[in-house]
Amino acid sequence: MSVDSKGRRYWRSLEEYLDAPEFQEMLYREFPEQASEWTNPLSRRRFLTLMGASLALMGLNGCSTQPAPREKIMPYVRQPDAIVPGKPLYFATAMPLGGVVTGVLVESHEGRPTKIEGNPGHPSSLGSSDLLMQASILGLYDPDRSQSVTYRGQARGWNEMLSEVRRALSELKKRSGEGLYILTESVTSPTLAAQWNELLVEGQFPKAKWFQYEPAGRSNVLEGAKLAFEEYAATHYDFSKADVVLSLDADFLLSGPGTLRYTRDFAARRRVRIKETKLEEVNRLYVVECGLSNTGGVADHRLALRASEIEWFAQELAVELNVSDARKPVEPHLSKRDPHLTEQARRWLKVVAKDLSEHAGKCLVLAGDTQPATLHALVHAINRTLKNVGRTIHYTAPIEAKPVDHHRQIEELVEAMVDRKVDTLLVLGGNPVYNAPVDLKFAEHLKNVGRSVHLGLYQDETAALCQWHIPEAHYLESWSDGRAHDGTASIIQPLIEPLYSGRTVHELLAALTDARYQSGLEIVREHWRTRWVHETRSGSFDEFWRSALQEGVVPGTAFAHRNLSPKTGWAERLANWQLRLPSESNNKLEIGFRPDPTLFDGRFANNGWLQELPKPVTKITWDNAAIVSPKTAERLGIGYAQSAREVSGRPGPNGGEHGQAIVDVIEITYRGRTLKAPIWIQPGHADDAVTVHLGHGRKRGGRVANGVGFDAYALRNNEAPWFDRGVEVRKIPNATHTLACTQMHHNMEERAPIRTRSLAYFKDHPYFADELGEGEIEKPEVLALIPGPQPRGRAEKLLEEEARKDPDKKRLIPLTLYSGADKQFEEESKQLGEPDEEPTQSYQWGMAIDLTTCTGCSACVVACQSENNIPVVGKEEVMRGREMHWLRIDRYFEGEPFDPSRVSAHFQPVMCMHCEKAPCELVCPVGATVHSHDGLNDMIYNRCVGTRYCSNNCPYKVRRFNFLQFADFSTGSLKLMRNPEVTVRSRGVMEKCSYCVQRIRAADIETRIEDRRIADRDLLTACQAACPAQAIVFGDLSNQNSAVYKTKEEPTNYALLASLNTQPRTTYLAALRNPNPELEAATEKKS
Amino acid sequence: MPQIFHRSFNTISKVTIFGAVFMVAGLCWFAAVFYRSSYVTESHLAFVQPVPFSHAHHVGQLGIDCRYCHTSVETSSFAGIPPTKTCMNCHQQIWTGSDMLEPVRESFRTGKSIPWERVHNLPGFVYFDHSIHVAKGVGCASCHGRIDEMPLTYQENTLLMEWCLECHRNPENHLRPKSKIFDMAWQPDDRESLGQQLMRENKIRTPHEMTSCSTCHR
Repeated sequence: MSVDSKGRRYWRSLEEYLDAPEFQEMLYREFPEQASEWTNPLSRRRFLTLMGASLALMGLNGCSTQPAPREKIMPYVRQPDAIVPGKPLYFATAMPLGGVVTGVLVESHEGRPTKIEGNPGHPSSLGSSDLLMQASILGLYDPDRSQSVTYRGQARGWNEMLSEVRRALSELKKRSGEGLYILTESVTSPTLAAQWNELLVEGQFPKAKWFQYEPAGRSNVLEGAKLAFEEYAATHYDFSKADVVLSLDADFLLSGPGTLRYTRDFAARRRVRIKETKLEEVNRLYVVECGLSNTGGVADHRLALRASEIEWFAQELAVELNVSDARKPVEPHLSKRDPHLTEQARRWLKVVAKDLSEHAGKCLVLAGDTQPATLHALVHAINRTLKNVGRTIHYTAPIEAKPVDHHRQIEELVEAMVDRKVDTLLVLGGNPVYNAPVDLKFAEHLKNVGRSVHLGLYQDETAALCQWHIPEAHYLESWSDGRAHDGTASIIQPLIEPLYSGRTVHELLAALTDARYQSGLEIVREHWRTRWVHETRSGSFDEFWRSALQEGVVPGTAFAHRNLSPKTGWAERLANWQLRLPSESNNKLEIGFRPDPTLFDGRFANNGWLQELPKPVTKITWDNAAIVSPKTAERLGIGYAQSAREVSGRPGPNGGEHGQAIVDVIEITYRGRTLKAPIWIQPGHADDAVTVHLGHGRKRGGRVANGVGFDAYALRNNEAPWFDRGVEVRKIPNATHTLACTQMHHNMEERAPIRTRSLAYFKDHPYFADELGEGEIEKPEVLALIPGPQPRGRAEKLLEEEARKDPDKKRLIPLTLYSGADKQFEEESKQLGEPDEEPTQSYQWGMAIDLTTCTGCSACVVACQSENNIPVVGKEEVMRGREMHWLRIDRYFEGEPFDPSRVSAHFQPVMCMHCEKAPCELVCPVGATVHSHDGLNDMIYNRCVGTRYCSNNCPYKVRRFNFLQFADFSTGSLKLMRNPEVTVRSRGVMEKCSYCVQRIRAADIETRIEDRRIADRDLLTACQAACPAQAIVFGDLSNQNSAVYKTKEEPTNYALLASLNTQPRTTYLAALRNPNPELEAATEKKS
Repeated sequence: MPQIFHRSFNTISKVTIFGAVFMVAGLCWFAAVFYRSSYVTESHLAFVQPVPFSHAHHVGQLGIDCRYCHTSVETSSFAGIPPTKTCMNCHQQIWTGSDMLEPVRESFRTGKSIPWERVHNLPGFVYFDHSIHVAKGVGCASCHGRIDEMPLTYQENTLLMEWCLECHRNPENHLRPKSKIFDMAWQPDDRESLGQQLMRENKIRTPHEMTSCSTCHR
């Protein structure tokens, strides 16, 4: 691999960095080595059986001559007014996660919800969506969801359960509810809060106890506020006003309440448009963190510290910033703790502190949910000192109905269970048997409970140990409500009748405690009617209710901002609090627990889309691993299995080659418990720390979830839920594990696919993206076929002149070996219309992706999967390089892998480029991929015979082949989920990104009927609609006012592999980073 | 040693060798004809429907407009099959005791759909849109034939791709004024000049644009 002209190197894995010969060999393969093999010896017999059967069926198939099978039409008996058959409807609702809701718009085809988009009117979404929202539609139709009420595993009727549990409750009522314990997840729902109030405080069960537990909850944030302000408060941020941002372990661009809004605001301050942006107003992001997160990857400066050191960093920062009393919390512990920051960290800290104080009132310091409450309190003090409160940071009343410390709550509940105080336990949502801290032994003590009732989406680990289990309604089947990150309330309305007669928590509570049955609608509506009457609003209630449902937000419910300052004595409180934290251990290795980036706390483990989605940073699918830094791995003598060669019988270091990484297995010993885990070496991870992701290793999660990965909850203690020292790691000799990892798939070789420079460099060299990297051939093409701005540069100008002299000289390198291709192209391009001819009636579609704002969050990948009926293939097939995602996100590292603080990441979404001179089109023997009049590279499934020549000839490696029958034609519920506007592909067919052609054609038809042109707002591709950073711009290149035309006029616009002269319609804006010159200089000097 | 083959085999072999050409040609011809036959395309085949609904009666004799039942033909890809309620609008008052209409009344009583046999059946990878065709001046009768003369509805045309393309390549031969879209019997006076005029008025795209694969396949 060669070094880019400016001495920058971008690499995807350590092998690439070290440039192993095996890596070179792999580059030249179209698909990974085994992609076209079927080498599963176990299924050989089954393969022969299937072959026999399919041969026989092939004969039968010949008998059915009719091109389409006979069908019935089942019209409505009474057609609802709103429904026009064939036209989707959109309904506003909201998705709850950890209690906090985000507004969504759900596309519904004749009553079947099929696609989720963000709600443009909702403050947390503004129209964007994240990967969990996108994937929740698959959760709704999951055939593994719990389908009936059970008693000790036996199916029972709802009424039977009702009479039984009601009888028990009426007994409890006599004791005013003593012995009744209720466990829920975090609750923000105003209706549910009122129901609790009615039941527990004012009602029949005053002595009953209500607990809340979220394994990946935000207790630290709330407790931190309480430490500082002596009352609970919610904190949210305004990134649109922040010039300088310091994130202390907060992955705010990927997770947490409000992340979509934050990403949107952050990206708006980061985007560079040469005519509009003042370069000095571009924001700057510093991140201190342990593992490499998306936020850390795209940061301008990143400092890798172990999670436990970050609080020290903050202490030092507070001192540096002259926060009053900042010394006090530290003093008592100076002897106990290891206060030493490295030289590098110190220098870093000083520069950051200077930058922050220079931007007082226009900067922002934020702390991650996993950092202790003390750090949050400290950050409140820092922000107050920096005058950020009320500007970039806002405090409101807590959005939770009853803010609590989740870890204390679950502990108290278990204590009550141990003392046999619990007569009846209602577990309403959640899965504590799986995700409660292991030291509490929740499952064991559950046996002491007299009667247990579980409400849940799945027959999961908790359902198995509870006596009664009741299927829960999915949020798309529910009437409910909830609050967004800023307190705005939304009504959750159902899109479909419960598929498996699930109930909401509201309905269950009402049914158990109220004699008359109330539907979810009645309960929620009544609650809001009471509120409405109470707050005496104008107009009628029906109007209010309708508009709340239609808009997806209840107007005026956002919480008022409060001006809070740390109360006197906060520093002393911090000092006291720290005593309660676990003491230091001499063993320096640290363990960190994080919710999985795609499965969250494990609740989405049965979602195939999320399992198969490559984790944004590691690119591992269908697994989790113990993540360590290269140095630590070296020290511990672990890594990619030494014996990989023998194991696989193939050469290669296997760091992701062939879609599989054969890695060592380690045994983690922590507080007397051990766990076996495969290792993953992650450049950028802090040294001397191990990070494990929660949410895997389910035993009763469903057919998709079971047995995938290891269960990190098995090590998690209640005292230190997020990180702790004192871990021992031992390599298990001769044990290996194969991870499915896509990081080396679809590699485009060293052709400078990613281009990035600092803002300062950009100022002087705005066209830097067109400068050629070493080994890159000058772009020889002169006549551009696509209208609109072209990626240009000095090569362009030179050749323009040459072309004037010799008009026949168009291409220096033949595109194909077929000599007729040039002529054919010319003729075709004449037909299509040269750009200097008068504009044709056709649209010319194109896309631009801004790599400056892309955070690699992967929402677009799932959005594409949902929109285009893309199948899931499973771990085995991913390991053969057969994953089907039309849109992949390439992640490149930059920097020095053995210095974790000098590793940054760049993300590049890559899908079909819709080349004007598409290499794939030339080689298709059956014309199954051809150009459309508006510039799309059409893929016609019914013509495809599966030669795979096209994918062989695609330099971007964006074509996907159905090696097997991946689409599930047999599961009934999944048929309901599919987008009816897109063909479900079967085996033997090539597929790829179509620019969401179904949306283009629908918009085209609609506007042609109205006799107008398609405007930008009429048409969004699925990836574009989802993108929270608005990094993807799509539109009509023949319209000079379109957003995409303007975006492509940017000087940073460059085409991927432009030297191949494919003339792609998708181009990229090179990534700009805004490093602090002071820190830059320091790093340069060092290196 | 006696001859294995009889003398007549000379003739037979010659005929076979030369005949093979005709055999292959014949097979090809047969395949082409068979592929377009109503056996394969199911054109001109009437199906047994739950109710023997007659367009000839309702449209031809009573003169009910297409859009009274097929409500979404101008706005949606799917023209719409009338809900039972639409039938009952009239049949609550006329022919209320007819045995033939019992399935309609039953559907209205029980709330269960009437399971009509689909007559115009496109393969799953074809996306046809009624609204744009109607908006651009393609009449109902152009594709569906004289529905007003069909006692039981059948498919008038082959619905093969070549049939679609015939019009997408030469749209001028099939356009009609917007006022005549739902007119079953309309015939143009001067097809050629009217076609050219409507091409301009209705902003019909070029054949090149209308024959892009993704116009219908996605």
